[in-house]
Amino acid sequence: MSGAARRAALLGLVLTVPALADTAPQQVTELAAGPGHDLTVGRCIVCHSLEYIPANAPAMNRGAWQKTIQKMREKFGAPITDAEAAQILDYLAAHYAGKP
Amino acid sequence: MLSRREVLLGGAAGWLGAAAPAFADAEPLTQLPGKRPLIQRAYRPPNFETPLSELAASYTPNDVFFVRYHLAVIPWVDTHSWRVTVGGDSATHPLRLSLHDLQHGFERVSLAAVNQCSGNRRGLFTPRVPGVQWQNGAMGNALWSGVRLRDVLRRAGIRPDAVEVVVQGADSAVLPSTPKFVKSLPLERALDDSTLIAFEMNGAPLPHWNGAPARLIVPGWTGTYWMKHLTDIQLVPKPFDGFWMKAAYRLPTGAFPGARFATQENADTTPITEILVNSLILAPLEGQRLPQGQKALLRGKAWDNGAGIAAVEVSSDAGQHWRPATLGRDLGRYAWRDFHLPLDTAQRGALTLAVRARSRNGAQQPQKLTFNPSGYHDNVVQTVSVEIV
Repeated sequence: MSGAARRAALLGLVLTVPALADTAPQQVTELAAGPGHDLTVGRCIVCHSLEYIPANAPAMNRGAWQKTIQKMREKFGAPITDAEAAQILDYLAAHYAGKP
Repeated sequence: MLSRREVLLGGAAGWLGAAAPAFADAEPLTQLPGKRPLIQRAYRPPNFETPLSELAASYTPNDVFFVRYHLAVIPWVDTHSWRVTVGGDSATHPLRLSLHDLQHGFERVSLAAVNQCSGNRRGLFTPRVPGVQWQNGAMGNALWSGVRLRDVLRRAGIRPDAVEVVVQGADSAVLPSTPKFVKSLPLERALDDSTLIAFEMNGAPLPHWNGAPARLIVPGWTGTYWMKHLTDIQLVPKPFDGFWMKAAYRLPTGAFPGARFATQENADTTPITEILVNSLILAPLEGQRLPQGQKALLRGKAWDNGAGIAAVEVSSDAGQHWRPATLGRDLGRYAWRDFHLPLDTAQRGALTLAVRARSRNGAQQPQKLTFNPSGYHDNVVQTVSVEIV
């Protein structure tokens, strides 16, 4: 494991898992525990890995997450119901909203 | 003790909010098959950035060239059975071409060109904007070889009513409800003799992660038009209205210089087109300590939309005086240009260096960022702070 990966792992940022043979391990993001975690992971990971969420947190607040969830549903066709969207929004706003 | 949330947010902000060079060693590196370790911005769809330390070569090696995808289903295309269709309502003689047809049926052309993602440096934006949080390495320079798109379109017969050329590739979305990544070019840009269908990169077959077996090369325009794994090319008589033209890769109308894409422009927004004049400092690194009295060299790259770099200047007094750097070999007007300048290390103390490039068309890097919500076109003058010790 590289120094950077070790530091990140110590911080609880990433979990390294074996990827394809002869390649460096994939960096897998774990999202924060809390209500809505499983639903958020389950819906988002259909189309993309989870780094996008913590990586974008500094640019996001509740309003920005609402717009993003709406874009994923309406523009990208993500199968998320209204009730699920509300739970996902609460989860993301609670854990990944770094913008004032 | 920090909560998990604070650690997560602090970690993200620490990586992405600071100047790239000082934090370069803190980036998570991952190795895709056929690539050396790259900065993982996202694993799926794969978005991998070239580390700053790998951008020094005149031609960025294929195995460290950045990787950018929008959608997660990426087939390993079989070179022998691969075909590209060339047709559309404004083509008179639709074609279906194999790689052999391309390689043997048309004049072969090679050119050096920078491929820069539209969102390169988005992660350096203030205030922060959503999207892949690229720093400086969503770009590279390569020697691309292939055939002119113009020659292929002419073989397919261009009707006088053609206005755009619509291109798509073999990669696709997980869900059928997600818009396929499809882009269009103005007809005149498609017919420009620099626009290529490339099947080689730096003298080797195009790598899988960079668009094998053939991709579009649109020198001077940002990477969004450089369709990978090309499968379909259509001459069309009206503006293409897909998501990736109408709702993505757009700028406020009139906010930036560069070619206009008139058939896709409206009063509010317009497609991103040409790369803006820009430069990148590769050495010294942010925070580096340079021994007093010893030789030290400032070096980096400068590039633009193909007008060509006229000059690169360096200031060490917050922009009051500028000295010209020495330019390296000219690899072609669409390539980047090396520059270097010996640093004065006679006096101890802090030193902040600023670099600005000027294009032959008169354009110069600005001091201030023109904010836009998608985080494109960050070509502000970069600085690097060092200490002479």
